[in-house]
Amino acid sequence: GADDTEEKTQTIDPKHIFPPQHTDMPEEMRVETMELCVTACEKFATNNESAAKMIKESMDKKFGSSWHVVIGEGFGFEITHEVKNLLYMFFGGGLAVCVWKCS
Amino acid sequence: MTAITLYIFSLKMQAPNVNSHQKAAVAKGVKDEEEGLDTAEGEEWMQGKTLVKPPDQLDLTEAELNEEITRVLKASNPNAPQNVVRYSFKEGCYKPIVFVDQMAIHFELEGNLVHKESDEGRRLMAKQAEVDDGGGVERPDNVAIKAAKREQKLTNQFNFNERASQTLNNTPRDISCQTEPPPRANFSATANQWEIYDFYVEELQRREKSKEKHEGQFLNKEEDKSKKKMIQNDDISQLAKVVKIIERMVNQNIFDDVAQDFMYFEDASDEFRGEKGTLLPLWTFQYDKAKSLSVTALCWNHKYNDLFAVGLGSHEFTQQGGGMLLFYTLKNPSYPEFIFNTASGVMCLDIHEHLSYLVAVGLYDGCVAVYNLKKKTDQPIYNSRASSGKHTSAVMQVKWQKDDLDSNHNFISVSADGRLVSWTLVKHELVFTEIIKLPVIDTIPDDLKDVIPTVGTSLDFHKQKDYSFLVGTEHGKIHKGSKYYSSKFLEKYDAHFMNVTRVKWNPFHPDVFISCGWDWMVKIWDQTMKSPVFTFELKTSVTDVAWAPYSSTVFAAVTTDGKVHVFDLNINKYEALCQQKVVSKKTKLFNIEFNPVHPIIIVGDDRGHVTSLKLSPNLRKKPKVGDALILCIVIEHLNILTLDENVLEPH
Repeated sequence: GADDTEEKTQTIDPKHIFPPQHTDMPEEMRVETMELCVTACEKFATNNESAAKMIKESMDKKFGSSWHVVIGEGFGFEITHEVKNLLYMFFGGGLAVCVWKCS
Repeated sequence: MTAITLYIFSLKMQAPNVNSHQKAAVAKGVKDEEEGLDTAEGEEWMQGKTLVKPPDQLDLTEAELNEEITRVLKASNPNAPQNVVRYSFKEGCYKPIVFVDQMAIHFELEGNLVHKESDEGRRLMAKQAEVDDGGGVERPDNVAIKAAKREQKLTNQFNFNERASQTLNNTPRDISCQTEPPPRANFSATANQWEIYDFYVEELQRREKSKEKHEGQFLNKEEDKSKKKMIQNDDISQLAKVVKIIERMVNQNIFDDVAQDFMYFEDASDEFRGEKGTLLPLWTFQYDKAKSLSVTALCWNHKYNDLFAVGLGSHEFTQQGGGMLLFYTLKNPSYPEFIFNTASGVMCLDIHEHLSYLVAVGLYDGCVAVYNLKKKTDQPIYNSRASSGKHTSAVMQVKWQKDDLDSNHNFISVSADGRLVSWTLVKHELVFTEIIKLPVIDTIPDDLKDVIPTVGTSLDFHKQKDYSFLVGTEHGKIHKGSKYYSSKFLEKYDAHFMNVTRVKWNPFHPDVFISCGWDWMVKIWDQTMKSPVFTFELKTSVTDVAWAPYSSTVFAAVTTDGKVHVFDLNINKYEALCQQKVVSKKTKLFNIEFNPVHPIIIVGDDRGHVTSLKLSPNLRKKPKVGDALILCIVIEHLNILTLDENVLEPH
């Protein structure tokens, strides 16, 4: 189950790989956003809501208003986002983070 | 401000009394005064003057006249109403008002005097005091300034005028605009544990692959670099085309007057010259690196009439070095179009008649080479260096032939080793076929005949019957041969005492050819006759002669004293129409060629320069009758005049 998969990822690879599953952000923006997400998730490892809040507020400050952030382990979504303002990545083997901008 | 009103008591008149005498005592003073005035006035009037009656005066009887009328003045307003009634709410009925206001206002004026002690007055006093105080601060400083200021402030209506105007205010406009909203896109996905796991696994695989590729990336980088270089080269080569056009434009601008002359100039003075003509120098073609070389061969390209080939080498035995093959175009006189370097001096060249990119070159060391102008390389596509059968001595003339039965291109060369060899371009090789060996002259003893060859110096093939050819030799003989006879020549002409430098068939007349040599002679032959039809002596060695392509009777020759001689047999059988020095002193001319289309000739000299000259109209008169016919007529004339004993049977 989930434990096995986590072990596998641990043995093969350290958890320090955070590849974006889908993104259409420009390079700089993407790198910055990913780092921010990782920082937030590590800081609030137990509390998804706080992590999301931190990400959202930082993004609003940096890149303009109306960012939306979803962090979780199991969810489906259908969103409309502004072009070149979407990041969907995984973290730590079990978390999925979706960040997009839409006013 | 209080209003000042004038109270005027109005005088009311009482009703007149009949008993005026009774009251006369009371109001007598008044009446008397009035009446007295009246009567006095009347009496005065009547006493002083005769009675004057105004026309509208009432006619009254005396009794009526003596009546006394009383008038009383009262202080009551005759206009005031006398019976004002007011409704009384208290009693609920109308009640008359006893006291009616008798005041009548005749005049009202509002003044602006303020009482000192009143509020307003005190306020004004305070203001006045402030103004005085303000001025008072400055007082100790400068009384004069204050006085001046006060004077300034004194503006009167005559000198000073206040004007005010309103400028045009632009009408305010409302403009609104809406920008396009940033584009949006939809995105949907599911975040599950298994999705995350799958994704991680893929990512790992990708990373492993990329590590393997990393080693190979060094090679890739090198390839990229070379690709970049290629791209740069391509860029430059793309530029090359443009640059070429620009170069030509610049050249056209520089040599604009020459180009104009080339196209349009016709020497008008030819009319006055009679038969003579002139050569107008046009462009001079020279190449820096060819300075030490001399021009050995010239050839026009048949397809592109502005392109010609120059072969550079050396005529001297002792001064042999490298050689060059240059192609110039009239469109660019300053730099050759194509440059080929050869190992030894170029002695002759020929451009294929139909495939104008094939050039056959004969070199001093006996090699022949074929260049393809279409290829970018500067190496010949065929070279006879290594192959056997190459000439052992300098190749003096090459001529392209028609394609053989296998449709291979081939050409024939004559060389100083006395052999005529045909070379065929077969795939990647030059295959040689010996055609004929030049006959050795009689003066050489038999045992040396094989060793000492007869140097063939010139070769020309007949225009129509291309199996028939002429070879000129160093000994001054001209041999006529045929490709079908490989053992012996058909005819031999004793042409010159010295080297025959050129033989050429006439392009129009089938029997006529021309030859020139170092013995100062130019001779025109009819192949049927042993001795020449025309002989011209030019003062120095004649190095080259050429027929004009537009007329059967015009030809030109160049000599080592730098002169070009142009003859037209139709006009003058004995003299040249033009003998003109075209190069500086001590420069020898070696080659001359007519352009097939334009009325220009090019001459090559021993400095490596090629000069182009335009023929004046007198020199290029086209005969009205058919071309070959003219020459026939000329020759017939001559035959009738000089009967020759050695006339051979015509073939």
